[in-house]
Amino acid sequence: MLNLLEKKPILLLLAAVVVIMIGTTVTMIAPFKWINDPSLKIAGVKPYTPLQLEGRDIYIREGCNNCHTQTVRPLVADVARYAPGSTDGYSKVGEFVYDQPHLWGSRRTGPDLARIGGKYPDAWHNKHMEEPRSMVPKSNMPAYAFLKQPLDTSLTEKKMKALGFPYTPAELEAVKGKTEMDAMVAYLQKLGNDIPWRKAAAAAPLVGELKNPSAGNAAAVTDGKKLYEENCAQCHGADLKGDIGVALAELTKPEAELFSTVYQGMERLGMPAFGDALGKEKIWKVITYISSRKGQK
Amino acid sequence: MDIETGYSDEVTKGFLTWSIIWGLVAVLVGVLISFQLIFPQLNFPPFLTYGRLRPIHTNAAIFGWGIGSFMAMFYYITQRLTRSPIWSPGLARFQLWLFNLVIILAAVTLAMGFNQSKEYAELEWPVDILVVILWVIFAVNIFMTIMKRKEEQMYISLWYIIATLVGVAVLYLVNNASIPVSLSKSYSAFAGANDANVQWWYGHNAVAMVLTTPPLAIFYYFFPKTTGVPIYSHRMGIIAFWSLIFMYLWTGAHHLLWTPVPDWVQTLAMAFSLVLIAPSWASVFNGYFSMNGQWHQMRENFLVKFFIFGITFYGLQTLQGPAQAVRTFSAFIHYTDWVPGHVHMGALGWVSLILFAGIYYLVPRLYHTQLYSVKLANAHFWLAVIGQLIYSISMWIAGVQQAAMLHAVNPDGSLHYSFMETLTELYPYWHMRAGGGVIYLVSLFIFIFNIIKTVQSGSAGAAPVRATGAA
Repeated sequence: MLNLLEKKPILLLLAAVVVIMIGTTVTMIAPFKWINDPSLKIAGVKPYTPLQLEGRDIYIREGCNNCHTQTVRPLVADVARYAPGSTDGYSKVGEFVYDQPHLWGSRRTGPDLARIGGKYPDAWHNKHMEEPRSMVPKSNMPAYAFLKQPLDTSLTEKKMKALGFPYTPAELEAVKGKTEMDAMVAYLQKLGNDIPWRKAAAAAPLVGELKNPSAGNAAAVTDGKKLYEENCAQCHGADLKGDIGVALAELTKPEAELFSTVYQGMERLGMPAFGDALGKEKIWKVITYISSRKGQK
Repeated sequence: MDIETGYSDEVTKGFLTWSIIWGLVAVLVGVLISFQLIFPQLNFPPFLTYGRLRPIHTNAAIFGWGIGSFMAMFYYITQRLTRSPIWSPGLARFQLWLFNLVIILAAVTLAMGFNQSKEYAELEWPVDILVVILWVIFAVNIFMTIMKRKEEQMYISLWYIIATLVGVAVLYLVNNASIPVSLSKSYSAFAGANDANVQWWYGHNAVAMVLTTPPLAIFYYFFPKTTGVPIYSHRMGIIAFWSLIFMYLWTGAHHLLWTPVPDWVQTLAMAFSLVLIAPSWASVFNGYFSMNGQWHQMRENFLVKFFIFGITFYGLQTLQGPAQAVRTFSAFIHYTDWVPGHVHMGALGWVSLILFAGIYYLVPRLYHTQLYSVKLANAHFWLAVIGQLIYSISMWIAGVQQAAMLHAVNPDGSLHYSFMETLTELYPYWHMRAGGGVIYLVSLFIFIFNIIKTVQSGSAGAAPVRATGAA
């Protein structure tokens, strides 16, 4: 048989096709029957709106997927980092049914973005896209200030039709006059925001006694200042007088309440959760620093 | 057409020239984007940002340098192994023009942001159609040459060539299926996890059908030609061939471990990745055992080094790859710099060393002369190997360190490091990587200088000097 193949090129070609198609059939064609099965649908996940879709197309155009992934793996560190506070906030098949193409990526030069929606306020994204280092000092992300140019909406309706997404004339009209930045931020704010993970996370209570272990500790104030400058000053100002975030110098909340806001975030005000990025010890140091500043006025 | 041999090698010369040019572009862009990761100020939006340049780097490397060289060498090898001239030299010449048109279009459209976003399948649908036409022309020309051959037995290189022709066709057509919206925009025909699964079936088998079977075809032909001794075992070559092209197609989902793609698809991919060590190492051993009693050639024949190091990197690559395909190890190193380290051992070590060897073998013969300088070829070799090792090893260490930091948790279950704390640790490694890239670039300049000088001496010489051992 093998000797025959060496003399018959057509036979060899056909045999090669058959051999290649076995693995292809089992691992590429057959899974279509299992993946995106209607029973795996997630009720909250809706198709993209015209503005979100345009934002997604800019994400694709700029090749954001070369540095950012969009899949949270069911691993302790992945869930803690990208779906903080939840235990099952990892990515499910039903989240992606409207993603043509998928944007899972292969390298996390920057963080995963599958749960970025709702984590920061729009103003944070605008500033960060314009000059990433103004918000994240040591970031190596390119600046995307040029996205403030007007959005080309000539194809929007055609795109919605091509993907079979529902839309209203009002939605199409609303896209006109927007910038590319608006579209990009609208897309980022959708990511992971339409699935129930965050609600479950917010419901989880912060356990343990909320007592500042570093209260009055001078070294903690120094550490806290450094942490504050790296993580908080971008929104709350180096002088604690507020900017995107509230003015902390004027805040009268007790330390325990401040701690749980920093730890768990506050979606209503666009305050991200820092519990898993910083951990309890570092957050208490930040709180100690903030308290020390209040005394000074 | 060469009057003496009856073969037409003009198109091989053309493809070699252009593949070297595209190879230089790939490395230049690679070095630029490696610096962009350290100094974000080096991004020049909108056209020259990392996000748009990285696909240009990979496409220039895989399709410009890789496929361009394969086309050159496949035409050369096929004519010799069939003892027949190219079926249609005119079609082959047209193919060279179309090839360069496609690569230029690829670079321009990617810089403009026309991008399907799928890795190694970024090109938008009009360029895809040109690629399909290009490939059909190539496949028909090679296959018809084989059909009209004067040598009944087909040597193993021809097997790998035939597998490449059909394999690439199947992969490319399926993964690029899309819904066009305009000339510059389309959406994938598949959604979500299905799209991911199709993409990595394609992505990993591009590694099989573009970065494994063609260099093996080239290795199996040029290595015995260089050493003057036959390949150790034809039978082992046959077994390796069939098991390789059977097993590879099962393994794509090892790029998708721990994602929402069904577990059984991931598990199959993991299992077949491990089994794939056997056919990969069969080729490695075929190379090593062919050197029985011939190892002195490592000292005496500069070209043998390229082949032996190349096949050795192939062996290391096909051990590291399966290790990464294991769930537990993947959980650790996936999405880190470990992976670019792995990829570049294959690209710079295995594939490129074999291509350099093929080019060093071919150019003096095609231009009826001797290589300008063996010393420079040796300098090229060592700098290329050193540059590549600095690249890969620094990235492996960076990957392990970042992975360890990303997975570190405090006793209370919170994460020990923020994402940015892990990123800033990578800067020193990125400096090393960029240094490795610069060394590789220097080696490439030496190579190109040597080749230009060789070609000049060939065209300048009034009476062509026959290279020894010419086929």
